Amino acid sequence: MDNAVILAAGTDSPLAPNMWEFFVTVAGFALLFFIVKKYVMPAFEKTFAERAEAIEGGIAKAEAAQAEANAALDEYKQQLVEARTEANRIREEARSEGAQILAELKEKAAAESARITEQAHVQIEAERLAAVVSLRAEVGTLATDLASRIVGESLSDDARSARVVDRFLAELDEQTSSQSAGVAK
Amino acid sequence: MIALALPAATPDEGFVAPTISDTHYPDIFPFGGEYGIWFEGGFGKQMLMIILSVVLIASFFLVASRKGQLVPGKFQFAGEMAYGFVRNSIGKDIIGGKNFLKYVPWLFTAFFLILVNNLFGAVPGLQLPSFSHPGSAYAIAAMFYILWVGIGLQKHGLKYFKLAVVPSGVPWYIMPLVVPIEIISNFLVRPVTHSLRLFATMLAGHLIVMLAGSAIEFMVMSENFLLQGTSLLVLVGALAMYMLEALIMVLQAYVFTLLAAIYIEGALNADAH
Repeated sequence: MDNAVILAAGTDSPLAPNMWEFFVTVAGFALLFFIVKKYVMPAFEKTFAERAEAIEGGIAKAEAAQAEANAALDEYKQQLVEARTEANRIREEARSEGAQILAELKEKAAAESARITEQAHVQIEAERLAAVVSLRAEVGTLATDLASRIVGESLSDDARSARVVDRFLAELDEQTSSQSAGVAK
Repeated sequence: MIALALPAATPDEGFVAPTISDTHYPDIFPFGGEYGIWFEGGFGKQMLMIILSVVLIASFFLVASRKGQLVPGKFQFAGEMAYGFVRNSIGKDIIGGKNFLKYVPWLFTAFFLILVNNLFGAVPGLQLPSFSHPGSAYAIAAMFYILWVGIGLQKHGLKYFKLAVVPSGVPWYIMPLVVPIEIISNFLVRPVTHSLRLFATMLAGHLIVMLAGSAIEFMVMSENFLLQGTSLLVLVGALAMYMLEALIMVLQAYVFTLLAAIYIEGALNADAH
């Protein structure tokens, strides 16, 4: 019995390791660990990721497409609003521009008519002045002329002097009518 | 230990029960056997089986993962199920967070190395769970011990030791009691239990199957007709134990990996515990 206990505690103890066991296990573990980490695990993880991608990817793609469509719709709406605003602005601008042009034209026409009227007034005045000046000059000459004629003829003969006066007036009339015709021209 | 040695102490009776040394086959390549207790024994069947398991696991998963089809074939599906089990049920659920993938190779390697080596014990011809030899169990538990202590130090620096042994929310006057317990349980006992749990269950299961096997042999070979008849009952019992053992083989691989994940998680989130 005592021998057995000693035997069990000695080299035959179940707890005493063989170092070959230890080293072979460590080496085997290390080799397997290397293979698993380097080849097996990445391959499985890749497959898992691809599978998850294939399943979730479809959903994600649909969601992305929906989001894109929504974005496009928003953009179009935005553009529509912008276009409307732009059109309104252009219309408004055209209206105000038209009004401005109309006002300018009216003003211009008024100015033109005023100018023409003014010009006519000035011309009339100038002609009137010219007529007055020429009359003034002629009246003196005519009076002197008439007087000299009266004086030149015999004043005793009443009949003759009457003829002279008549003739003078007729000449004067003729002169006046020709002068007024010239003015009318 | 006394109980284990007892059968050996009664060698002159009719039935000689198998002992621990019967689980160690003669060395194939006895190099290093002469270096005392730390090199007790040479290179034998158990080491060949570990190498075989590495080859089997690596080739299965390399083939299963190579195609990477979106709709997997049967082979790829099996590989994905196995990988997904360790990745999600152990890695993701226990460690969680964003970085659990970093530790999945550790868990994955440990789980399948232990599982396949345990199941070798149920394969006729091989009939030896590799982890019933303590060296392998020590090796794999030691690697995880270094891993989770390393993770703790990397994450929290030297403060990790304080975080790991001083629980929060404990009154100061209980501290002298709690801290030594925590030191012993977290840093001394934990790696020992981590390895011995696996080793002991595998050894015990293996011994039971071996015991039943040799008992049947002894009974069948005996002259006594009654004993020969009784061997049938032993056979039924042995089959039941064999099934139970197969279950425990799977369970222990899961338990070891689960505990490893829990230890890693504990080291990562030492400040939250």
